[in-house]
Amino acid sequence: MQYALLIYSRPGAAEGLSADEREAVHRTYMELKDVPGMVGGASLHPVETATTVRFVDDAVLITDGPFADTKEIFGGFYLLEADDLDRATEIAARIPAVRLGGSVEIRPVVTDEA
Amino acid sequence: MLASLIGYFGDFDLAEDATAEAFAAAAQRWPSDGVPDNPVGWLVTTARHRAIDRLRRDRVLAAKLRLLAASDRQLATGDSMDTTAIPDERLELIFMCCHPALAVEAQVALTLRAVGGLSTEEIARAFLVPPETMKRRLTRAKSKIKVAGIPFSVPSGSRLPERLGAVLAVVYLIFNEGYGDPDRPGLAAEAIRLGRVLAALLPAQPEVLGLLALMLLHDSRRDARFAGDEHGQDLVLLPDQDRSRWDWRQITEGRALLELALEPGGSGPYVIQAAIASLQAEERLDWPQIAVLYGALAERTGSPVVRLNRAVAVCEADGPAAALAIVDQVELPDYQYWHSTRAELLRRLGRRDEARAEYRRALDLARTAPERRFLERRIAEP
Repeated sequence: MQYALLIYSRPGAAEGLSADEREAVHRTYMELKDVPGMVGGASLHPVETATTVRFVDDAVLITDGPFADTKEIFGGFYLLEADDLDRATEIAARIPAVRLGGSVEIRPVVTDEA
Repeated sequence: MLASLIGYFGDFDLAEDATAEAFAAAAQRWPSDGVPDNPVGWLVTTARHRAIDRLRRDRVLAAKLRLLAASDRQLATGDSMDTTAIPDERLELIFMCCHPALAVEAQVALTLRAVGGLSTEEIARAFLVPPETMKRRLTRAKSKIKVAGIPFSVPSGSRLPERLGAVLAVVYLIFNEGYGDPDRPGLAAEAIRLGRVLAALLPAQPEVLGLLALMLLHDSRRDARFAGDEHGQDLVLLPDQDRSRWDWRQITEGRALLELALEPGGSGPYVIQAAIASLQAEERLDWPQIAVLYGALAERTGSPVVRLNRAVAVCEADGPAAALAIVDQVELPDYQYWHSTRAELLRRLGRRDEARAEYRRALDLARTAPERRFLERRIAEP
């Protein structure tokens, strides 16, 4: 099975961290890329760089900023090949955002065989 | 049997349908051909073959082909043809049904359906929802198990205590649904049956034994807890219950299980609650001891409801004033029993008007008929 681990961070979560702690968080994100079964993923630039596209009154409307103001900001994702949900939650629990007030949403990926 | 098929095919619906077909085949064949030497083995083998036939018919679905390939491999090794050794996979099934990735109400429904063998209609009736709602709930849950890859397995070592907690919570929730309502006694009996299955499969887990002991001890008072006629049942409080109507065989069994749970040092929430229930079956209630146990339980669980229960014991041990001080430290404005407990303490302190107001708030929240009748009587008292 393939799972997308969608990472939502609490805004400002990194601010209270020391340089060493930030370094450790970064290192963990890098290490997770090498976990067995990890097949992809992406880290996104901050939400201030976001642009939203909508269709309003028969016209494409382009605005600055994210689609919605939320308490947690979508910051990136991993793509994991795993036997079952328990393995996926095990990896998800190691993602630093989880311990920094954020959360990880696990979604099974639609694959050709299903 | 269902458990072993779900484990085998990894597909809930397929296993259920195949099981039903196997039973139908048995009903047709056994009367003329005679009952086979190993009826369960015959049923499992037949169901597996039916399921494989069905998978072959569904070839268009590549996902199911994958299952078929896996089954064929196992068939080739001869593993499925062994009808004498049917693995007991009920535990895997229970852990799958009570996986925390499913909503609690779905866990409860699935467990009753798959482990307890209740029909969708029976579960719907027990939880007072329309059958269609329950059907949708079950379908959604089964679909999530398949699509999200919820495993059919017993969690390993370090994860077991936490996941076992979820399983026990589901069983206890089923028990309490039935225990609180004389119109739904089947649920309590079903929870006890589930508790027995768990105790047989995990005899070394004190909390499993503790939960079964707790349910048996509480349920032993079922015939004495309500009194009344066809117009309605009234709640009878513990000190007023007719002890001769208690099920003493069940109390003895519950206490024996409690001993087994205490022996290896069991001191989890269910073991403590069973110990309290055991003390409550004594002729003369040892309220100070009960209050101590509730204190230990409150420390372990941090539950305000437990602190409320401790207050009830403290009231009997040290009087209503000491108890009211505890109750006022716990704020549970949406909890019926917080109001009814406060009301009872105020009544004993002679503060009638305040008591009546609290009884009214409890009445607004009361769900079962006997409780409402009890509260109405208290409000009507001069």
